[in-house]
Amino acid sequence: MTIKALLAATALAATTLSLPAVAAELTVGFSQIGSESGWRAAETTVSKSEAAKRKVNLKIADAQQKQENQIKAIRSFVAQGVDAIFLAPVVSSGWDAVLKEAKEAKIPVVLLDRDIDPSGKELYLTAVTSDSVQEGAVAGEWLAKTVGAKACNVVELQGTVGASVAANRKKGFDSVVAKHANLKVVRSQTGDFTRAKGKEVMESFIKAEGGGKSLCAVYAHNDDMMVGAIQAMKEAGLKPGKDVLTVSIDAVPDIFKAMAAGEANATVELTPNMAGPALDAIIAYKGKGTTPPKWIQTESKLYTAADDPMKVYDSKKGLGY
Amino acid sequence: MTFSLQRRGLAQIIALLVILAVDRIVSPQFFDLRLQDGRLFGSLIDVLNRGAPVALLSLGMVLVIATRGIDLSVGAVMAISGAIAASLADSHGVPLAIAVALGAGLLCGLWNGFLVAVLGIQPIVATLILMVAGRGIAQLITEGRIVTFTAPDFVWLGNGAVLGVPVPVVIVLGMLVITGAVVRGSALGLLIEATGGNARASELAGIGTRAMILAVYVWCGLCAALAGVIAAADIMGADANNAGLWLELDAILAVVIGGTSLFGGRFSLVLAMVGALIIQAMNTGILLSGYPPEFNLVVKAAVVLIVLLLQSPRLASAGAALWRARS
Amino acid sequence: MNASPDPGPALLEVRGLSKSFGALQALQEVDFTLRAGEIHALLGENGAGKSTLVKVVTGVFDRDTGIVRLDGTEVVARSARAALDAGIATVYQEVNLLPNLSVAQNLYLGRQPTRFGLVRDAEMRRRATALLAEFDLHIDVAAPLGSYSVAVQHITAIARAVDLSARVLILDEPTASLDRHEVEILFAVVRKLAARGIGVLFVTHFLDQVYEICDRITVLRNGRLMGERTTAELPRIELIRMMLGRELAETTSARAAERARPVRQVCARFEGYGKAGYLSPFDLVLHHGEVVGLAGLLGSGRTETARLVFGAERADSGRALVEGQPVRLQSPRDAVAHGFGYCPEERKIDGIIAELTVRENIVLALQAKRGLARPLSRSEQDEIAARFIKLLDIRPPEPERPIGLLSGGNQQKALLARWLATAPRLLVLDEPTRGIDVGAHAEIIRLIRALCDDGLALLVISSELDEIVTYSDRVIVLRDRAHVDQLQGDAIDVSNILAAIAAGSVVGAETVQP
Repeated sequence: MTIKALLAATALAATTLSLPAVAAELTVGFSQIGSESGWRAAETTVSKSEAAKRKVNLKIADAQQKQENQIKAIRSFVAQGVDAIFLAPVVSSGWDAVLKEAKEAKIPVVLLDRDIDPSGKELYLTAVTSDSVQEGAVAGEWLAKTVGAKACNVVELQGTVGASVAANRKKGFDSVVAKHANLKVVRSQTGDFTRAKGKEVMESFIKAEGGGKSLCAVYAHNDDMMVGAIQAMKEAGLKPGKDVLTVSIDAVPDIFKAMAAGEANATVELTPNMAGPALDAIIAYKGKGTTPPKWIQTESKLYTAADDPMKVYDSKKGLGY
Repeated sequence: MTFSLQRRGLAQIIALLVILAVDRIVSPQFFDLRLQDGRLFGSLIDVLNRGAPVALLSLGMVLVIATRGIDLSVGAVMAISGAIAASLADSHGVPLAIAVALGAGLLCGLWNGFLVAVLGIQPIVATLILMVAGRGIAQLITEGRIVTFTAPDFVWLGNGAVLGVPVPVVIVLGMLVITGAVVRGSALGLLIEATGGNARASELAGIGTRAMILAVYVWCGLCAALAGVIAAADIMGADANNAGLWLELDAILAVVIGGTSLFGGRFSLVLAMVGALIIQAMNTGILLSGYPPEFNLVVKAAVVLIVLLLQSPRLASAGAALWRARS
Repeated sequence: MNASPDPGPALLEVRGLSKSFGALQALQEVDFTLRAGEIHALLGENGAGKSTLVKVVTGVFDRDTGIVRLDGTEVVARSARAALDAGIATVYQEVNLLPNLSVAQNLYLGRQPTRFGLVRDAEMRRRATALLAEFDLHIDVAAPLGSYSVAVQHITAIARAVDLSARVLILDEPTASLDRHEVEILFAVVRKLAARGIGVLFVTHFLDQVYEICDRITVLRNGRLMGERTTAELPRIELIRMMLGRELAETTSARAAERARPVRQVCARFEGYGKAGYLSPFDLVLHHGEVVGLAGLLGSGRTETARLVFGAERADSGRALVEGQPVRLQSPRDAVAHGFGYCPEERKIDGIIAELTVRENIVLALQAKRGLARPLSRSEQDEIAARFIKLLDIRPPEPERPIGLLSGGNQQKALLARWLATAPRLLVLDEPTRGIDVGAHAEIIRLIRALCDDGLALLVISSELDEIVTYSDRVIVLRDRAHVDQLQGDAIDVSNILAAIAAGSVVGAETVQP
């Protein structure tokens, strides 16, 4: 099913790209959460450039992690009579009233990056998000393919306990591991998505697993934790990328540096380009009246050392990660 | 009714030993040590090394709490100093970067001290301002990114070793000795305890309580800045969003576990360090145990509760009464 | 032991009570009987065991051995609450109520009349008004307790205690912070309660009050029972002998013979010194080897004078000179630097640092004066503490004991030691003998004279006019926050001081000059 959605999104992108630039006068308001992480900053940067590419006038409002600011921003966009509203919701509930106002003003709303509660299903046009379960699965598949039939002990650095992204990335990875008897997750602990905790937890994994000699691979729910884990392995005299395989998620620039140095093996991209597909959907909706699918899933692209990591690094480092 | 000095600290030492013993049970190789690239390597070293930032924070915090104050901003100050040091290290040289970072810590402490000692704002409110604003300042410096650096001298602060002992541990020991020398070598310790015990009476005894309160916040800011530098050096980058996050609470906890009352007065630098070690020995033990991470906070809360109960004078007297009744 | 000619029925009986704290035997085989309807004084020096006895009876402390019986039934109170439920109510010197709540709320806290779970405010106020009327107290019970005088707060506390169907009422130093008129009001209430058959145990230091109100006296010394007598059969000198175990030197009646001292050198001089809204500008000259007493009613400006002189309050007019040199006294720190010392009235709040040891409390001011960089070594501290503990006979003579565990008199001596250690030129003593037992009282008065003979300048505040007359070379009389009169030489006696307080003729600056 996810593959189908993926195909749909790609097909949509292919058709819309061939359209003439009817969108010259389109104005889109984007209520962004803030800049709490490098990925978020990159998303903002990419949104700007994607809008410029399509000659769309994009107005970005930074909500500084506050829902009330987002609601204010949406009301202001409605008052200004924009053609469409993009919303990266900071929380999943409490949107019904303000989205109704947008609907009554006949302004389509597209959710970026995160979904909202099902009660608001009818209030937005489409949601452009990644599939965290799919990301975990892509990471798992890469590992399964790379180790082949060899037995492999994996340690897992989880994201923050209780975060849905962490739960989904674990679920996706576990679903692949379940299919391969030679893969075994021997230890799993939270690293809170941070470098410092990733390093600390990896240090303890190495000690608990007899100096790390028996370890075959590390799976981290994000690249930051992996960067910390790579340091911990190096300090313990292990060779990450060679003795111990690494696979993580997000594709932030620093992991490509590690990859270029041969210390990391693979990362699954959480693309910062949510706005591109969203803009294409809006242009098609406004121009031809095409109703997009309710969920536009972004691609979970796998990067390895074969993808010229330094080149990817250079292309990503200016995005604000 | 007699509070002998020998009894002070006994509960903490016992708690630390018990936790280390439990660590040994969940992880049989806990006390194994070997040399790796000229650096001691083992779980025990992890406890010391990972505990270094909180130990540094509690070194400043214990003095603040002894004056009946509190500093909630230390985590944010860590983020600021780490951000500054990481931003300047590669471009302006490590000595300057660290000097500016520590200077920023002093300034933060001065600000807190000014609000508390001069304007008379309640410490919890005064330092809350910087706790919130400070992280924002750090994010402005890093622009929300993780600022990385490669300067080897700076990296050494986090990952190097002196005679096999990790540099952060050496720094903590150095700061403990310096703080101890300043506080107990001068009359500062006595005057801080007097001020915390009864500020009005101390003022009337001719103690310059205002200058002293200012001084402890400045020292606390400096310790926090140093912790921020170490934390940045550890991961070779400054993560303004996460560096020192919630560590102010660990530092306060370490001080309280170390037997210093939040109502001020008597304090012990060494026992605050033991408190920090108790917290880290517990954290490391949890990580080594292999229990699902959902249990982390529950286990931590339970252990802290037990350690604090061990110190409760009421519980001690009840226990003694029970003991007498049995024998 | 029982010398009472007409012993009423025993209400509260204590038999063979012992209590020790570690090595310290606080009570040893003490017997005590309180009869219904009597007012019974419990007397003794500080450390005699009065507080311990009260605290064991009220369940604050456990007892080691002994029996407490109320109406013949043994009482085993494990908490103050349990004692209260058994019918033993206690009112302490520091009223244990909530000043920000109304009088009515304080009276009915925890047992408010309710209907359907809601507090019936009007009903509560009505009951409170009626209850206080029984004590001839007619006040607005809806106003916050803190807005009333200490006496009203005490009567409120008593009313609350008695309304909880108390059989025994323990009053622990109830009059220490009351003025004469307020004491009268309180005594009227106490007599009324006794007439109702309540047994009142009265713990105090004021012997005059004992003779005024009490029927019977029990005296403790060093944790032992010295005897129980009826007040009428016990002459004052005999009572003091029971309490002290020695003849007390004539301390309160004999005036210092050597009052005609030669004119001494000026130590400090204050000209037109004052602070708007705090204390009217005054002129004050203090000589070496002279005791200047400050007399006046509570709130007349005595403590205010002391705080201005010591820099605890900043003057906004006039100037200060020390040894002829103009000085700025912006803070206590400045004053200490110029050789001043100050023992404040509120010992626990402004004086001692309870959790620190006697040694640390003694060296504190000297250390503050020397500055951070010149710490006193531990051996120097030990030496200073030992010297003053011996000199002032501070008990117990343990420098490492937290000062909060000492009795009031010994805390006061330690505070004196704190200043004497700084070798001051001027010492300001605010109520140095308040809340102190007879023995320590006499010692402190003797000490004041001795210090004066040593060349120290002393400024002493006291509510005890007898006391002021005993040691002062000069007495300044205050009224309504101003210095109004000055008495010197043979003019110093109680009646003249009272007349000055009453007349309050404002004296010009020239008459205050020596």
